[in-house]
Amino acid sequence: MANMHFLARAELQSLVACLERRGYRCVGPLLRDGAIVYDEINHVDQLPKGVHDQQVPGSYRIIQDDNPRLFAWANGPQAIKPQLFKSTEVLWRVERDEAGQLQFVPAQTQVEPVAIFGARSCDLAAMAIQDQVFLHSEHVDPYYQQARESLFTVAVNCSDPAETCFCASTGDGPHADVDAAYDLILTELDDGYLIDAGSDKGQEVLACLPLAAATDHQFFEAGQQRMHARQAQQRALPTPMLAKTLMQKLDHPRWHEVAERCLSCGNCTLVCPTCFCHKEEENPGLNGQASEHSRAWDSCFTEGHSYIHGAVLRKDTAARYRQWLTHKLATWQDQFGSSGCVGCGRCLTWCPAGIDMTEEANAICGDDHA
Amino acid sequence: MLNPYLPAEAEIVERIQESPTIFTLRLRFTDPERHQAYSFQPGQFNMVYLYGVGEVAISIVSDPEDETLYHHTIRIVGRVTRGLAKLQTGDKVGIRGPFGRGWPLQEAEGRDVLILTGGLGCAPVVSVINYVIKRRERYGRLMIMQGVKHSDDLLWRERYKLWAETANTQVVIAADKGGQQWPWRIGRIIEMFEELNLSPKHTIAMMCGPEGLMKAGVERLRQQGVPEHMLFMSMERNMQCAVGHCGHCQYGDKFVCKDGPVFSYDQVKDLFDQAGF
Repeated sequence: MANMHFLARAELQSLVACLERRGYRCVGPLLRDGAIVYDEINHVDQLPKGVHDQQVPGSYRIIQDDNPRLFAWANGPQAIKPQLFKSTEVLWRVERDEAGQLQFVPAQTQVEPVAIFGARSCDLAAMAIQDQVFLHSEHVDPYYQQARESLFTVAVNCSDPAETCFCASTGDGPHADVDAAYDLILTELDDGYLIDAGSDKGQEVLACLPLAAATDHQFFEAGQQRMHARQAQQRALPTPMLAKTLMQKLDHPRWHEVAERCLSCGNCTLVCPTCFCHKEEENPGLNGQASEHSRAWDSCFTEGHSYIHGAVLRKDTAARYRQWLTHKLATWQDQFGSSGCVGCGRCLTWCPAGIDMTEEANAICGDDHA
Repeated sequence: MLNPYLPAEAEIVERIQESPTIFTLRLRFTDPERHQAYSFQPGQFNMVYLYGVGEVAISIVSDPEDETLYHHTIRIVGRVTRGLAKLQTGDKVGIRGPFGRGWPLQEAEGRDVLILTGGLGCAPVVSVINYVIKRRERYGRLMIMQGVKHSDDLLWRERYKLWAETANTQVVIAADKGGQQWPWRIGRIIEMFEELNLSPKHTIAMMCGPEGLMKAGVERLRQQGVPEHMLFMSMERNMQCAVGHCGHCQYGDKFVCKDGPVFSYDQVKDLFDQAGF
């Protein structure tokens, strides 16, 4: 807190301009098609001023008022993940000459640097989890790595969690910890932003902004906001023994009960900021001389996910829901040393059947909450 | 930087038709330096790429010390393997690998080695059998148990005969149904453990094939007193990236591609009897 600065809202464009001068393409939240979505921005006027999101399981609604704030919403269906782990991405091409010789050529990993505005604490936590999968691995993923190294994160602490949020219970929000992977962290107040750097890159950008010293009153306001954002959250995952308990309840009748509501559509896995499953695909050229090998997001709710020589291991929705939930909340711990859930609540909101994974986990783990 | 997703070109030096639906490809990387640098452990696998179609995970059946070629024995089950079956000597494929953890050959030294396979599951352990036979003095008894549904399903009949004649080696083969002139046994292989006269405390078991067979094998061997950490099995799951990134091969907290495909029973027993993982 000691190094916190204040940037007036009227000066926020100087941050966009500074990042653009340093070669970043700025990506930020926009109101589009009735939701907060991330896309290229070049002016803060494009940001969702006075926009609030009302989220409940199975529903996402926007309301707009004359509030001057630009970040008075919780989240949209996506944030950082598609910038680093693309929904589809070419991995390599192969060319075949007339003699039948094959030449494999990796796809270009060089991407233009991106600065992302408005990432939440839960999004940063999810990025750290995906770093575990793709970077802190015996085999480093060069495509993810390139995008990750050229990403600049302008995170904004969450002031308005949605009803679906439960980051306080997972320990991933609503405000970013000092060790979170942000370059700049903002706390939005009525007249502007408390701002601090979390990296050398962030310090360099701070140095080119018209900053004022933050006042005691602004610190107090930020603290109040943080407390309210925590207290506003009503949902929670079951506590410490969750992983162990869940794996002891693999035959719980609730798996079949939830399967009667679950459509096995995979929306939850597509909006989840930590889900990393992807399938590899081949796209042969029509001239027969070249073929492209790419990857695309996949979901454990599909039939193909557990296919093995002629058979599907997870034939019914109960088995697929169980795979998803036990992976997210239990086996992830053994694989990567953390839970696979950051409490962002997206899988609740974007589930067309309104299934609430906190409710399911509580029902399965503690009979008293069922 | 090394790109773990990028295959390298390899040439089919020889192609052997083992049965109507099974064939062996003997391969060599086109780049001699790469071929020189390539080494693997029995039980590991490669991703074999068919031009324009895709990749498939196939275990390596040859001896790791054979520096000239490495072999894949492949059964036709899907699009990629059907296409691979049509390739001829001189054709090119892409290879990534080797991946995964292989059989515990060092732990097995000084012990009796029991190999249990079923159906067409023999390929991943052929390299173990050959490995042990070539280094016979380092191991105790070698017991090879192979079950097949029908006697026609048995590959490599000559090899089994050869193995059976090797010192301190016992081969038990059983077919649920036997055809004419079937020299081996009729019945379920799993019923034939007693005749082995195991020394349970000195035995290490390596199993591959259908999970049902491996489950039955685990049960029998535990009953006989073989310790759980001496029971090893090669698991199969959908594999696409082979490096633990794509998520398809998850088996509870394990990624079969990088934590396996060979596991000790200890490692997987929590989920071994649970369908759907």
